[in-house]
Formats: sequence, structure tokens, C-alpha cells
Amino acid sequence: MMISALPADISAQSTDQLRVVTQRINNLANNFGVVADAAPWELQAAEHFRQLKANSALVLTALIAVIAAVGMLFGLLKITPALKARHQVERVVKGLLVLCSAVAILTTIGIVLSMVGETLKFFSYVPPTEFFFGTTWNPRFSTVGVGEQGSFGLVPLLAGTMMISAIAMLVAIPLGLMVAVYLAEYAPYRLRNIAKPAIEILAGIPTIVYGFFALVTVGPFLRDLGNTFGLTISATSALTAGVVMGIMIIPFISSLSDDIITQVPKTMRDGSLGLGATKSETIIKVVLPAALPGIVGAVLLAASRAIGETMIVVLAAGNSPALTANPFEAVSTVTVTIVNQLTGDNDFSSPQSLVAFALGLTLFVITLLLNVMALVIVRKYREQYE
Amino acid sequence: MTIIAENPIKSVAAPSQVQQKVIASLRKRHRKEKLFRSLGLGAVLISLALVALLFINIFAKGIPAFWQSAITLDIYFDPKIINIPQKPLQQADESDNDFRQRDLAWQNQVGFVNFNRLIADSLQKVLPDAAQHRRDLGRVVTSGERFALRDMVVADPSVIGQTHTLHLLTDANIDVWLKGNIDRSLPDNQQQLSPKMREWVQSLSEQGIIQNRFSLALFMNADSRSSLASAGLAGAFMGSFYMMLVVIVLAVPMGVAAAIYLEEFAPRNRLTDLVEVNINNLAAVPSIVFGLLGASVLIGWFNLPMSAPIVGGLVLSLMTLPTVIIATRSTLKAIPPSIRQAALGLGASKMQAIFHHVLPLAIPGILTGAILGVAQALGETAPLLLIGMKSFVASVPASPFDQATALPVQIYLWQGNELRNFFEARTSAAIIVLLMMMISLNGIAIWLRKKYEKRW
Repeated sequence: MMISALPADISAQSTDQLRVVTQRINNLANNFGVVADAAPWELQAAEHFRQLKANSALVLTALIAVIAAVGMLFGLLKITPALKARHQVERVVKGLLVLCSAVAILTTIGIVLSMVGETLKFFSYVPPTEFFFGTTWNPRFSTVGVGEQGSFGLVPLLAGTMMISAIAMLVAIPLGLMVAVYLAEYAPYRLRNIAKPAIEILAGIPTIVYGFFALVTVGPFLRDLGNTFGLTISATSALTAGVVMGIMIIPFISSLSDDIITQVPKTMRDGSLGLGATKSETIIKVVLPAALPGIVGAVLLAASRAIGETMIVVLAAGNSPALTANPFEAVSTVTVTIVNQLTGDNDFSSPQSLVAFALGLTLFVITLLLNVMALVIVRKYREQYE
Repeated sequence: MTIIAENPIKSVAAPSQVQQKVIASLRKRHRKEKLFRSLGLGAVLISLALVALLFINIFAKGIPAFWQSAITLDIYFDPKIINIPQKPLQQADESDNDFRQRDLAWQNQVGFVNFNRLIADSLQKVLPDAAQHRRDLGRVVTSGERFALRDMVVADPSVIGQTHTLHLLTDANIDVWLKGNIDRSLPDNQQQLSPKMREWVQSLSEQGIIQNRFSLALFMNADSRSSLASAGLAGAFMGSFYMMLVVIVLAVPMGVAAAIYLEEFAPRNRLTDLVEVNINNLAAVPSIVFGLLGASVLIGWFNLPMSAPIVGGLVLSLMTLPTVIIATRSTLKAIPPSIRQAALGLGASKMQAIFHHVLPLAIPGILTGAILGVAQALGETAPLLLIGMKSFVASVPASPFDQATALPVQIYLWQGNELRNFFEARTSAAIIVLLMMMISLNGIAIWLRKKYEKRW
């Protein structure tokens, strides 16, 4: 509506220029101020825009008032002794319950739709092949203008994400699995009662705390450790972020695996022990293979957690989006880049901001696949022993 | 087990070749068993040590920051410097609005008073050679403290002409120097404090004029960039508080309602199955994705204000919803069907059976789930960064629609402050505050579970 009211020579411009114009007018209408003096037609358009906004608010208020009045009238007329109020109330309550459960679905749809929409907008600036297969990440700034576009290559970010997650899994799988095995099979009752909740504390600590821990304690420690062995490890590196993320993930793997190991029927264990196997042999050759699908599910869930983790990597991975295979160097990840691209710059319509949604969608799809796989595996496994 | 294994050795005089092999392999197998077992114990101990390390590390860094150096000064509220008219009183024929305007004009005048001179004057009494070093003199007390003096005058103008003994926070760099968080042997050009200042601070702290005092500023003030020593958590705390309020009002009832429907009413079909998978999946979606949703839908489409706790609360509500649903469903599942059947048998409708009989029994479990969900939301940072809550806000938000930040975001902002020596400790202190809140929330949840837990 606003664009149609603009002078003809301006509304005939290309969409890119039109975007700049609407942004300026929007700013004027909201009294934010713009660069350089506003032209008279711009001020006029801003005034028009403001009026449109005020009108729509007025119409909305009137509409609500009318609906409320009609509703009250309807209610008053309905009250008679023959009215089966409880049935109707219950039907309404049930409807509300359904609505509340629909919110969960709506959230998913909202996530997918909003991100797909913004991603498509992004792909109108940058072709998908360049995004998915590009090996350089250098988006520049949106203030440079549209003519001078940076490169938006996903590969270095994805490589950084994968490297950090792999390091995290290397730390968390052996530790978490051994913790689960020990607590489920060996630990005396009292140790289990203390150790299990104590380790689960790790899962409740906010990730920003891990990030800070990585930044001020683990990073410098690893750097000094590297110096003594003659390695150059930068204080914020894939290794730092990965190790701390691994610590965070230990309880995810240990708790889930613990549950699954205890679900393995006792008869299987007794059979193996009866044939003369030692306890460790029973665990390695009988219990763990039986629990393997469940454990794989737990590991996948943990991996999806690692890939989507943000604050640890924002603080401790160093934010350097270069393609490298050296875990001692700083890297950047998908999540870090989303944060970088969407904070500070409020212009949601530039490719520099829109790319965050493309990255988010990529992240969402990856974690969705991992989660669904994990859920299916875990569910199958449960059915097997129930 | 070992007894059975050793029996054949004793019964036969000379072990045959096969037996020797078995004995040798048994030794090896038992060694392996021991190794495996100690590996497991090692993993448990390492994990516990990591928990301990994390906590000890944060607490060792953060606890000193709860005490901050403050200087004890006799401030004389000199009427010559505080040259202001009488505080206006509301006249009988004056409207509230007019009075408020007059009062604001008066407060504005008070704001023009040079309160720094009051501080400088009283500092001169304890520092004999102060007159020659005026630049340093103005930097002893942190710049935010002049507002504390102003507020004293505004609250009660009768202090003018009196002398009050006050504890004023010193500059952040003085705190760093006194706590030994900076290498004192560094040359002058690398020190934050001038040589004269260091000499002053040394003598003042030896005289007991500068002392470490419990830092109320950390809890009472909002964030500050001009006066680092008085930067506090109050703004972030209120921001988090409003967000948790939104979460409690939205996520908890909606989650419970959704769980009731799915557990008690929903027909078992593919659609319900889909909803279930969807909820489980939603619980595992990375939190940053919810931030993107908030940025594009709430801010982009609905034009809600950036950086407002209401938006943060909505985003966190969507994030906590699956947690609440899953917790409530498992609680409802645990309540025996006999309760429902008894109610239905007495003629209650299904809705009445659930709302009057099942739900009251499920409340402790639901509360536990809700508290854990709120605790999770309280510690979340990433989605809040995307909806603009990392902007610097120097005031305490008065409503959920004002600009605000949140506790975890404040931690993020502080860890990035340039004055590392000072803010590393202060960030740790903020983390301690956050952890304490989470621990108490979790403690309440465990207590509730223990108190009302029923085994059917």
C-alpha cells in the first residue's frame, strides 16, 4: 500500500533499490532518523505510512469491541434452564486442550515455514550451489551495499562444527559409556546413589558457564600443555571447545546408556556367567551387544546436542571461519555464525542476515535427522525387551 | 567364581598341558577383568573430578568478587556546592501532574550539582598532597558514586550542611590492584594506575580507609559501562524474572493441557503418533533454532519490540513446552487407572474424573517438571542473543516490554569486557548467582518429589 503511494519514478525502481527506500521510510515513520537529509517525498511517504499504521490499529480496536459486544449478547440470550451447560463447557475445554497440543505442532511448522521462507529469500541473492559447496566464508557487511557481495560458503562452517562435535564425542563416549557400565554393573548401591546425580549435575549447568570455563581455564591450560610438548595450541581452538563440550555431554550418554544397560534382561547375564565368562567378558560380549542399538541412539542424541550447541563455541572456538584440519587452530561453526550474522545488524532483509536462516535450516535438518534416527532406534529397542 | 576355577588345580597332582593353558589364560582373564573394572571406576572418578573442578574453579574465582574495595569518607554536603532551591511540596490547589513536573525540574537542577567536588573535598582531608594531583584525585572513587550522593540529596534535602560517613566504591582498577589481580612488578607504562595513585591506595588501605566490603552494588545496580566498579546484576535479574514469569504463565499451563489431552483424550492413531514424535523431537531441537523463530516470526512478522523480556519469554516458553509436556505425561501415566474408573463409576464425566481426581494427584509431578523446565529456561543464552537481548541496558526494566537483558546474557556480556582483571572475577560472581538460583530451583523440585512421591 505504501509503495503504491510513492511517486511513479521511484516505485518503478528495481527491488533492491526499493528495499533501501522502504527501509528509509520505515525509519522515518518510527522517528529513528536516517542517513542524509530526508527528501520531501520521503517525509510524505513516512507520514502516509504512519497514518496507515494508526488507521489499522483503530480498525482493529473497533473490530475487537464489536466482537466482544456480539459475544456478550449471544451469551445472555443462551442462558435458559434447558441449556446443558456442562456438556458445552466440557466441549470447549476439550477444544482448548486440543489447541494446546496443537501449539507443539504449530511450533514445528512455524520453525520450518519461517526458516524456509527466509532461506528462499536468501537463495534469491546467493545460489544454493554456492552456499552448499562454497569453501570460503566471508560475508562482508550489509552496509557495503548489494553490489559488493561476499562469499557464503557453508563448507568451512560445517567442517568446524563436525570437528568440534567429533572431539566432543571422543571425550564423551568412552567416559560416558564406562561411567554407565560401572554404575550399572559394578558400583555398590551407595556409590551409585551419590555418583549418578552428581554427574547429572553436569547436564543442568547452563552452557554459558561451560563457555566461560573453557575460555578462562581450559583454553589457557591446553595452550600451556601444548607449549611444554612443543605444540602450538591457540587458547581458543576446536580442541578447547570440543573438550569442554565433551564434558557437558558425558551425562547425556551415561544416563541414557545406564537406563538401557539395566534394561537388558538378567537371564542373558546369568547365562553368560554360568558358562564361565568373567563379568567383564559378559559385559563386553553379551550385555553391550544387546544394548548396542539403545546406546547408538543415546550417542546420536548426544551428537545432535553437540552440533546444536552454541555458547561454548561462541566463547571458546575462536571464530575463525577458515577450512582447516588442525584441531589446535581456531575454527568457526554453524551456530557461531548464526549468532554473528544476526546480532548487531538489525536489517533482516540483507543477505548477510538472511544467511543465518539458511544456516539455521541446515542445522535444523541435520539435528532432525539425528533425532529421528535416535528416537526410532531407541523405540525399536524398547519394544524388543518389553 | 574363582573357587570353581581353582578346584581342578587342587584335585590333580600335576596339571596337564590343557590345564596349564587354562590356568595361564585364567590369570590373563582375571587381569583383564580387574583392568576393566578399574577403567570404569576411573571414568566415574574422572567425571566426578570434572564436576568438582568446574565448581571449585568458578567459586574460587567468583567469591572474592562479592567483596569489593570501598573507601570510607566523611562527606560534607557543602551548601556552597549544593546550591539548589527548596524541594517542592505539593500545593493544595496543584494537580498531581503539575507537581510531578515541578518535582522533576527540581531533580534536574540537583543533577547539575557537582557532586564529584564533594568527594574530592573529603578525599583531600585524607590525602595531604591531593591538590597537586587533581587528575588522579577524580579517579579514586568510581564515577557512579556521585549518583548515590545525588539520590541521597533527592531523598532527603536536609542532609545539606551535614557530614555523613559513607562507604564509597573505589575505581575498578584500584580493586584489581588491591586484590593482587595485576602483576605489581609491571613497569609504569603497563600499569592501569599512576605511581601516585598506587602510593595513595597503598597508604589508604594500610590506614584502613580503603577496605574490602560486601558489594551491595553487585545486587542493587544495573549494568554500567562508565562506572565499572558499580556494574551490577539487578537489571539482568529483573529481565530474567519477567521472562520466567512469561514462561510460568504460558508454558506451564499449556504444557499441562497438551499433556492431559495427549495422555487422556487423544485417540490412538497416526496423528497422535506424529504429535508424539514431534514433541520428542522438539525437545531435542537446538535452542538457537528457537531464537531464529523468535527473530523472524515474533520480531519480523508480529513487530514485537527487540530486546524485550516478553519476546524472550515467548521464545523460552516454546522451548520449555516439550519438557513440561513430557514430564506431565509421565506423571499422568503413573497414576493408576483405578482412580479414573472409580470416579467414572460414580457418575463423573471423563472431564470431571480427570480434573477433580487425576490432576490433583499429579500436581507434585507436574510441579517438578515445571520447575525443571523453568530452570532450563533460566540458563538459556543462545536464543536470547538472536532477539537482541545482548544489547547494553543501563536501567532496571520496569515492565516486560522494556529493553532488558538476562542473567546468562549478562554473563556473556561481562566476560567480553575489556577490563579482564576485574570482570573475570565479577563474571564468576554472576555465574555463582545464576548457579545458586538453579540449584535452589532443582532443590525445590527434588524436595517436592521426595515429599509427595507416592508409589502405587
